[in-house]
Amino acid sequence: MASDEDSDEDFVTYGIPLEPLEEDEPIRKPVPVHEQTVKDEKGRFKRFHGAFTGGFSAGYFNTVGSKEGWAPSTFVSTRQQKAGRQNARPEDFMDEEDFSEHGIAPQEIITTDDFASERKDQLKDKARVVNSLAALIPGDPGLLEELIAPARSSIGVELLRKMGWKDGQGVGPRLKRKQRKQNTDVAKLYGCALPLNGSEESEEDDDEFAPENVTFAPKDVVPVDFTPKVDSHGLGYRGLNPLQALGGGSESAHINLFTVQSDRTSSLFGGRNSGQQRRGGIAGQAFGVGAMENEDADIYHKDSMSNYDTVLGGEEPGDGLYGWTAPHQYSRKKNDSKRDVVYSGRILDGFTLASEITEIKIVYPPPDLPRDFRPVHYFRPVVDSSTVSPIIAQALQTSRGHLSQEAPQQGRHSLDSSQRRDMLGETPLQGPSSVFELLGSKDRERLNEIRSAAKEQKKSVVNLSSAEDRAALVASAKAAALQALSSRFQSNTPQPDSLTSPAKTQASSETQMALNAWSGPTADASKTFKPFAKIPQKQARYDLYINKLKKGDKDALESSLDSSMTEWERGRESDEFVRAALLYKPSNSSLSSRFTRGKHEDDTDSVEVTRDQENDMDDKQAAVKMKMFGKLTRETFDWHPDKLLCKRFNIPDPYPGSSTVGMPKIKRDKYSVFNFLTVTDSSQVSREAQSASKPPSSSTTLPHLTPEVNKKSRWDIAGQVSEPKDPLSAFLSETRSEVSAAKQIEPGDKNQTDSSHASANPEVKVAQSDEKQTEPKTEEEEKEEDEEEVRPPMDLFKAIFASSSDEKSSSSEEDSEEEEEVAPSTSEPIQSSAETLNPPISAQLTPAPDISKVPDLKHLTVQSKPSAETTTAQNTQSSSQSAPDKSQGLDEEEFGPRLPPPGFIPSAHSPQLKKQKKKDKEKHKAKKHKKEKKKKKNKKHKHKGKQKKRVEESNSSSEDTDSNSEDESRVVSTSELLQRLKNISNKR
Amino acid sequence: MAFPQPRPQAPQLPQHLLRTVECQQGAVRAVRFNADGNYVLTCGGDKSLKLWSVSRGTLLKTYTGHGYEVLDVDCSYDNSQLCSCSSDKTVILWDVGSGQVTRKLRGHAGKVNCVQFNEEATVMLSGSIDGTVRCWDTRSRQMKPIQILDEAQDGISSLKVSEHELLTGSVDGRVRRYDLRMGQLNVDFIGSPITCVCFSRDGQCTLSSSLDSTVRLLDKSSGEMLGEHTHSELFRRWPCLLLGSGGGLPDFKDACWESCCPITVLPPNGAPPFDCYGGVCSGVGGGARGCSCGRQLSSAC
Repeated sequence: MASDEDSDEDFVTYGIPLEPLEEDEPIRKPVPVHEQTVKDEKGRFKRFHGAFTGGFSAGYFNTVGSKEGWAPSTFVSTRQQKAGRQNARPEDFMDEEDFSEHGIAPQEIITTDDFASERKDQLKDKARVVNSLAALIPGDPGLLEELIAPARSSIGVELLRKMGWKDGQGVGPRLKRKQRKQNTDVAKLYGCALPLNGSEESEEDDDEFAPENVTFAPKDVVPVDFTPKVDSHGLGYRGLNPLQALGGGSESAHINLFTVQSDRTSSLFGGRNSGQQRRGGIAGQAFGVGAMENEDADIYHKDSMSNYDTVLGGEEPGDGLYGWTAPHQYSRKKNDSKRDVVYSGRILDGFTLASEITEIKIVYPPPDLPRDFRPVHYFRPVVDSSTVSPIIAQALQTSRGHLSQEAPQQGRHSLDSSQRRDMLGETPLQGPSSVFELLGSKDRERLNEIRSAAKEQKKSVVNLSSAEDRAALVASAKAAALQALSSRFQSNTPQPDSLTSPAKTQASSETQMALNAWSGPTADASKTFKPFAKIPQKQARYDLYINKLKKGDKDALESSLDSSMTEWERGRESDEFVRAALLYKPSNSSLSSRFTRGKHEDDTDSVEVTRDQENDMDDKQAAVKMKMFGKLTRETFDWHPDKLLCKRFNIPDPYPGSSTVGMPKIKRDKYSVFNFLTVTDSSQVSREAQSASKPPSSSTTLPHLTPEVNKKSRWDIAGQVSEPKDPLSAFLSETRSEVSAAKQIEPGDKNQTDSSHASANPEVKVAQSDEKQTEPKTEEEEKEEDEEEVRPPMDLFKAIFASSSDEKSSSSEEDSEEEEEVAPSTSEPIQSSAETLNPPISAQLTPAPDISKVPDLKHLTVQSKPSAETTTAQNTQSSSQSAPDKSQGLDEEEFGPRLPPPGFIPSAHSPQLKKQKKKDKEKHKAKKHKKEKKKKKNKKHKHKGKQKKRVEESNSSSEDTDSNSEDESRVVSTSELLQRLKNISNKR
Repeated sequence: MAFPQPRPQAPQLPQHLLRTVECQQGAVRAVRFNADGNYVLTCGGDKSLKLWSVSRGTLLKTYTGHGYEVLDVDCSYDNSQLCSCSSDKTVILWDVGSGQVTRKLRGHAGKVNCVQFNEEATVMLSGSIDGTVRCWDTRSRQMKPIQILDEAQDGISSLKVSEHELLTGSVDGRVRRYDLRMGQLNVDFIGSPITCVCFSRDGQCTLSSSLDSTVRLLDKSSGEMLGEHTHSELFRRWPCLLLGSGGGLPDFKDACWESCCPITVLPPNGAPPFDCYGGVCSGVGGGARGCSCGRQLSSAC
């Protein structure tokens, strides 16, 4: 092709040719992504926001994120602060224009609907009416809306209502009738075309009925509508509604905006008058009378004068109502049968009046209720007594709501407390419920007898005929008599075996008391005090005993004790039980029910007591009286200062390891029987010491007074024993305290053999008793029994007691011997004079005057001395001979520790017991001191350091003679001696 | 060659009146010298403490803060602190210079009769009518006592503190000596309620006065009585301290023996004469009268 050749020159190229590559140009680096920019037509940078990966355009011209654009709120992680999360409101996303007056969220202050003026409502109404033309349901749309919409009126309306305004009334001062008429006339004159005369008609009807003094609310004035006229129709003319014109279906042929609501509704309800308005198609006066119209009466409406009243106060309408209450249509009514319906208004469309009047339902009055009518019926449950607890069953039975035949309904007051309690389901109260229970068992028995006897008598009157009854009566009477007899005798006459000793009588009476105390139907054993909780077996036995007591078991004690125990143990335990039962008997009164047990048992068993207790106060007082300060009055305890205190005082801690502060404390049994024992012991001693001036009774009783007491195990006896008060005991206790202060008590055998020490030192005893309550005692007892077995012959006694005056306090002296030797006394020269009565003060401080005084003192004491020395031998002999046979019997009977007194301190003082005691003491002495006797005699003269002891000896010796010879006048009493001693010191 | 030092003169018992100070604070409950004897503190019934200069007799400071009568006061060794006790059951530690309450210690159940610092003013010891002695720490802010000594069975009427000992006299008739170094408590039974206790100057004896109008000198170690003196009836009415801080006598034991017949002090304003064992005595008069011949002795009646 030739053309092909031509085309070599002028060929057509498409597209933009690439720039020619220049060889030497360096190869351009590709622009990195972050430098690639896109600009729009105006040269602005475009951001794509992921446009190439399906992104979006953000903001006005993609201004989001740019300097002039909208800045998104900075992202805040809600991980930490969930609570403070800020919620975005719709306003955050709105523009300023949206907040303006015409925006979607105008931010002006506008009245809410509540306060909006009526005018607005009017406008709305108008809109509604207009809309209603096209509505599905023809007719007044407001009606339906009013039916459906909740009645919600504006504040203004509410206020008006509050002020007495009613719907349909005008606002303003109330008017007289006349004035109002004028007003309406005026309205008529100047108002626009009012096509319907309904309103006028109503006005016409309420004529002159108003009396002079009745005022009326002003007529409601419809505000002038200022809707601009936009059509070219004439004033007041509305164009044809095509629907109405064609279909004629619309009821409201002519919607008159100016008619009041009531008129419109009345037209809706299809009043008679509306008949003339029911014209289908196009109708109107302006169009003349059509062929379809049947009425031609008022084609050209002419207001005739006949429509008006010409005479004031003309005749009455005829219905006799004068238009007061009924609407005006009512007066026009001719059909009487439809009056009811008419009265209530017009018949709704679709309804017809019933032809027959329905019969009135006859309502009968309610029947008269019977007086005891119960509006609730209670179905009595079928109670199965086997499954339901009896209380519930009973409660169901007696519960109110059912009228049981067997138990007529009881008033509240006819029930007693227990019945009420059962009803309420309360637990029965502890303690006695009646006075009857407060009585002693004996009295109760007696009362029961009387009552039963009376019953029997009554019964016998009724039916004595049957032989069986008679036999039963005789038997019961016999039993009652027996019971009465036994109960009466038990308190007074002892059991045959107990007749032998008065002590036994006492014991049996105590058991009887315990029985009486416990046999009442009072608190159960579980709630009573457990005195032997430390030893479970013993407590169990005690519980058994108490239980038996409660059942009234006479031999509760014997049966509850452990038969495997030794005789002595049993005897001791029985004593303990009786005492404990008496001590801790149930408080036999209503008081017991008033108190509850403590919730927190704060370590009931033990009390914290300082380990080292002070010695007897009375010893010290005596010492102070004698001005013998020093060992007697000084006591030293361990005392632990606080570590911090030591630090503050710049002193090393004396007890580096210990954590205790203050005086070391130990736990001690709170309820140990032996606590009582020591307490009473000391009180006895104190009593003796206080009455130091009393004439001494018998010297021999003194050194071994306490062991004797231990053996007695009878409170009454103990009390009697404590009765003899003499100064020797005071001295004795002084020595004791001295001994204990020097801490020279030798443990073990000495304590046990020397029973005076064992009993004299309460601490030692308590310590023992705490460790083992029973064992130490038994050991001691066994030892004593052993000693009794190897009792020396009588002549040995004689030999001993020939010099008993020297031995009286040897046991205690022995202990203090070493101590005295350690601290040699300064008054050596006086030692030779055996029986000086010098206080240590004078001896130490003023030796010179003392020496001069010595002879006098010696003389004083010597006065009593010879008699003592001469008479003691025979006297003690005789007394020791007479004593043993009496004492032996008693010794074997009663052992064990004394128990606390059950609330009474017998005052009887039996000389017999005292004697027995004395003899016992002698016995002990014989055992212990027969070997030491000689040695001690020798020693005694050496030790003059403690004059006190010598005083004591002289006293005892004098008392020896005193008791035996019973010649008190001869002897210088201790109190006298003391007095003299004081005089001497004073003189000095 | 130096001359030998003149022989030191034995201190004399107070015999003449140096100064009378009208305290104007109601009943004077206690008069106490400070550590060096240049100042006097008086405790008044008007709830105040007053600090006086001895040399000039002028009032230096008034300390108020107690809620009731101030019963006792003590001054620390460095004159920086005071401690006082009152019927309002409190013990107050004062700052001397500012007059402010440093610490107000509550804990006693009754009125606090006596209070004293220990030697280094690290502990205050207060004895109360409730029978306890409480040891309060002045160093820590702890409001609780370090230790409570409740051995007494009745109110504590008097206490004295020495280097390592605490001596208390109680109404239960016992003088208790707590030896911190030994960790021991010695109880001496006197019998009659103790009104005042103190150590002798040499620290070997204790002196106690009791309601039976008797002053007893007891050996500290053994508890033996070294001497006693029964005063006139006057003492019963004034159960206060008539034994003071050593009385300026080198050996109190000897002094006591020497002064078996006590020095009779004749008050200047016609008040009844009373016996004085040499020492500070304070009374329930209307003012404090410094009756002293030396620094350490005064009497207030």
